[in-house]
Amino acid sequence: MTAEHEITLTVNGTARRVTVPGRRLLSDCLRHDVGLTGTHVGCEHGVCGCCTVLLDGQPVRSCLTFAVTVDGREITTVEGLAGPEGLSPVQRAFAECHALQCGFCTPGFLCTVTALLRENPAPTDEEVLEGISGNLCRCTGYQNIAKAVHRAAELLAEEA
Amino acid sequence: MTTKLFGEPVQRREDPRLLAGHGRYLDDLGSGALAVAFVRSPHAHARIRDIDVAPALDVDGLVAIYTWEDLPERVGRPLPLLIPHPALTHGRTAYPLARDVVRHVGEPVVMVVATDRYLAEDVCALIEVDYEPLKAVVGLEEAAHGAALVHDDVPGNVGAHLVQEVLSAAGRGAAEAIEAAPHTLAFRLDIERSASTPLEGRGVYARWDGTDLRVYSSTQTSTSVRMAIAAALGLPLPHVEVIAPDVGGGFGVKIVHPWPEEILVPWAAMLLGRELKWTEDRREHFIAAAHERGQVQHVRVGFDDDGRVLGLDVTILHDHGAYTPYGIIVPIITATQLLGPYRIGAYRVEFSAVYTNTVQVTPYRGAGRPQGVFCMERTMDKIARYLGKDRTQVREVNFIQPDEFPYDQGMIFQDGRPLIYDSGDYPRMLRMVKELIGWDDFRPAPGRGIGIGCYVEGTGVGPYEGGHVQITSDGRVHVSTGLTSQGQGHETVFAQIAADRLGVPIERVSVVTGDTRRFGYAVGTFASRAAVMSGNAIALACAKVREKALRIAGDALEADPADLTISEGLVHVAGSPSASIPLSTVAVLANPLRYAFDEETAKATQFAGTASPDRPPVAEGEEPGLEGRGYYSPIRSTFAAGMHAAIVETDPLTAEIKVVRYVVVHDCGKLINPMIVEGQIHGGVAQGIGGALYERMAYDADGQLQNASFMDFLMPYATEVPRIETGHLETPSPLNPLGIKGAGEAGVIPVSAVIASALEDAEGIEIDRMPISPSELFDLRGG
Repeated sequence: MTAEHEITLTVNGTARRVTVPGRRLLSDCLRHDVGLTGTHVGCEHGVCGCCTVLLDGQPVRSCLTFAVTVDGREITTVEGLAGPEGLSPVQRAFAECHALQCGFCTPGFLCTVTALLRENPAPTDEEVLEGISGNLCRCTGYQNIAKAVHRAAELLAEEA
Repeated sequence: MTTKLFGEPVQRREDPRLLAGHGRYLDDLGSGALAVAFVRSPHAHARIRDIDVAPALDVDGLVAIYTWEDLPERVGRPLPLLIPHPALTHGRTAYPLARDVVRHVGEPVVMVVATDRYLAEDVCALIEVDYEPLKAVVGLEEAAHGAALVHDDVPGNVGAHLVQEVLSAAGRGAAEAIEAAPHTLAFRLDIERSASTPLEGRGVYARWDGTDLRVYSSTQTSTSVRMAIAAALGLPLPHVEVIAPDVGGGFGVKIVHPWPEEILVPWAAMLLGRELKWTEDRREHFIAAAHERGQVQHVRVGFDDDGRVLGLDVTILHDHGAYTPYGIIVPIITATQLLGPYRIGAYRVEFSAVYTNTVQVTPYRGAGRPQGVFCMERTMDKIARYLGKDRTQVREVNFIQPDEFPYDQGMIFQDGRPLIYDSGDYPRMLRMVKELIGWDDFRPAPGRGIGIGCYVEGTGVGPYEGGHVQITSDGRVHVSTGLTSQGQGHETVFAQIAADRLGVPIERVSVVTGDTRRFGYAVGTFASRAAVMSGNAIALACAKVREKALRIAGDALEADPADLTISEGLVHVAGSPSASIPLSTVAVLANPLRYAFDEETAKATQFAGTASPDRPPVAEGEEPGLEGRGYYSPIRSTFAAGMHAAIVETDPLTAEIKVVRYVVVHDCGKLINPMIVEGQIHGGVAQGIGGALYERMAYDADGQLQNASFMDFLMPYATEVPRIETGHLETPSPLNPLGIKGAGEAGVIPVSAVIASALEDAEGIEIDRMPISPSELFDLRGG
C-alpha cells in the first residue's frame, strides 16, 4: 500500500542503507531500522525534543522528519557523541552536575547542547536558558541541566 | 569501615549508560515483536451498538483483532479494585476492553495486532464502531448534582463518602468549636486537574515460550504486575516473570496496575505464540492513563485573636474520573495531610468522591497533598489577613512543638494506621526558611509579593520491602530489591548503603531493581518510600551477610569474629591489617564445593584442607553462599516536612507572573545522597510550578480533552522554572535503623500554596484557585 524507498544515511560516521516506506519517521528509522535506540520519542509532535538528533551538525526533531527526506545526509545520534576516549565533555558535564534523572529526555538535551556549544562556546545564563528551552524534562527542574551546560563549556575550553 | 559513603554526594552509577544512549527503555526492547495498537473511544459516554472489523481485514500485515467478546471469561473480567476501603461503597473498575458502554474518551474498545505499528494504526482507522452517544458527566458540581449518571448503578455518582472527625482537647466537635470561636471565616477553593506526564509513556512487551511468560512493563511495581497477570491469565506465579527495564519517569501514574494493556498484551502473546509489544503514544497517555488533583473544597474555620485555629471543617468534592482502580487513596491523603505541621483544636473533614466521564484519577506525585496543603495554607493566610498579622506568626502559634513528638493527630492515615508524626522541628524550619528568603526584610510593593507554604508528608509507607545481598567469589557485591526505579538513582543510593555496611569499594557493588527474577517480594515505588523501605531492608540484608562473612573469616584466620572488621573488601583483625582474608575468598569458603572452576574456587573443594572433616560441610541452620536477605516492615509511616517561600512579580498591564526567587527548606531525616535529594526537590518544585501556573486538563462539556498534546498542555520548560535555593534540616526518624524519611514527592507539595500566597501579597486579591494564569489574574483584577 505504501511504496518502499532505498535510502542511505550516514549515521555516526557509518553509511547505513535501509529500505523504508515514504511515511517512515526518521526517529522510527533510526530506532527500529538502524537499531540505534538511544534516540527517544516523547511526543511525536515536535514539542518535547527527546528525539533531537544532529542533521549535518544541526539539531532537528527526528519525529518531524521523514527518513526519505534525509537520504545521503549525515546524522549524529546520542550514540555518536562519545569519542574513542569515552564520554564527550557534554556527557561528562551532565553526569558531574546531576543533570539527568530518568534519562529519557537526556539524548535530546545532549544533542541540543552539543550543537549549542559548537556555535557559542561560552554562552551566558540567558543564552543557556534560551538554548535548552526547546526541550522538555519532567525530572530535573532544569537547574542542573543549565549548570551542566556551563560546566561542559568549561571542559571543552580546557580540552581544546 | 572504608570511606564513608552514606551522606555523600556520590556520582550516579546509572549515568554512564544513560548518557551513552545505552539505556534500555520499554520500546528499546523486542525489536522483532508484533505491534499492538488500540481503537479507543472518541466519546466520553456512549453505548457501543456494533463493531465492524470487515473494512480492516485486507490490510497487509494484520495479524489479529480482538474485542471484549473475544476475551475468555477470566481475561474479560473488570480489572481489580486494588485498594478496597469500607467507605468506597460503589467502587467501579473498567473492563480491559470496553463492554457495551464507554465512560471516557480514550477507553480501549478494540485491540489490533499487526506486523508493524504503522500498519496496526492503519487497521485501527478502518475499524468502524457504531456508538450511541449518552449524556457526558463533566465537572465536579455536575457530577455531584447527579442528574446524569456515569455508572447506572451508582446513585448520585458518589463512589465513596468518608467523614473523619477529631475532637478538641475539651471534647468539642469542629462545628461547636467554630461556633464558639471569637472569629470565623468561610470560603471555597478550586483545584484543577493535572497529570504525572512522564516523558516516556506506558508500554508492555510480552513473550511466551510455551511454559513461561516474561513481561516487560514500564511500571512502578513489577511484582504486583506479575501477581495481577498470573491471576488474570490463570498462570502459576513461578511461571510468570515481570521486569521493569529503564523507566522514563513515573511520578505516580505507573503505580496503577494492571493496566488493560498489561493483561491484553501478554494474553495475546500467549494465544498467538508471538512476541508482542505495545508502546503508548502521547495522545494515548493524555486520554487513557490517569490524572489527578481536581477538587472543590468548602472550608469553615474558627480562631482566636492570636490566630490559633480552634476548629476547622472542610468538605471536599473529589473528582475520581470514570473509575476507581486505586481506591480512595488520593482524597484520604488530602483529608489527613491537610493538617500539616499544625495542632488544630477540632477538625472535621468530609469528602465525596464522585464519578465523571473523564480519565480516571490515581496518584500523581504529591498524591492529594498539594490540595490539602493548598487548603490549610490558604486558611493560614486568610486568618493572618483578617487579623492583620504576619503570615508566619499565625503559622507559628499553631505549630506542633519539637517536644511533642511522637505527635498523634488522632486520624487514620492512608496505610490504615494512626496518623502519628515520628519527628520534626517546625519552629526551627520556619526560622531557616525565613532567613533564607529574607522574610523580615522584605518590603512589599505593588506587583511584588512574598509567600510561604508549609507541609508535612507521610512517607515510607508499608507494608514492607526486601533486599537480597550476595557476595560472589570475584569479590563483587550484588544487591537486588523488588521495588522499581524511574530515575531516582536507586542504583547509586542502595550501593552507597551496601558499600558502607559491607566495607567494600562502591565500584564493586551493583544494584538491580524491579526484576522479579532477582527478587520476587515487593510492593512498589510510590509515596516517597523507596529509600526508607528498601534502603533499610538492604541494610538489614548486609548485616546478615557481614555477620556470616566475619564468622567464616574468623574460622579461617583463627580469630574471634568480634575482633574482625572489613575494609576495602578485606576482612582483618581490627588494628592489624596484616592478618586478612579477602571477601572473595570468604565467598568461596561459604560454598563448599566438589568441583573447582578456577584457582579461587579450588580452595573450597573437598581435598583443599579448608574444611574441618569433623563437621558437615554446611552446618545445621546454615545455607551455602555468602548471601542474605532482609525485610523491613515498619509499624507506620515516617513524616518528612518542608517549608517553601517565594517572591513573585506581576506585570501591571499584562498580569504576567514571574517567580523571582524560590527557596526550600526540607527535612527528610538522614540524607543518603544530598545531590540526589536536591535533584528530587528541583524536579518536584518544577512540577509544582506547572501546577500553580500552567497545567490544567481542559475538558469541554462533552468530555473532550481539548489540550491532549504537549502543544496545548503547558508543561514548564527551562524558561518557566525559577532557580531553587535549598536548605536541609535533619531530624532523623526514630522508626528505622537508617533514620531516613524519604524525599521523592516533597518538592511538589506546597508550591501552589506558596505561589498563591505570594500573588495575594503582590496583588491584594484573594487567590482561591490553582492554577492561575495571567488572563485569570487579569480578570481577578477586574479587567
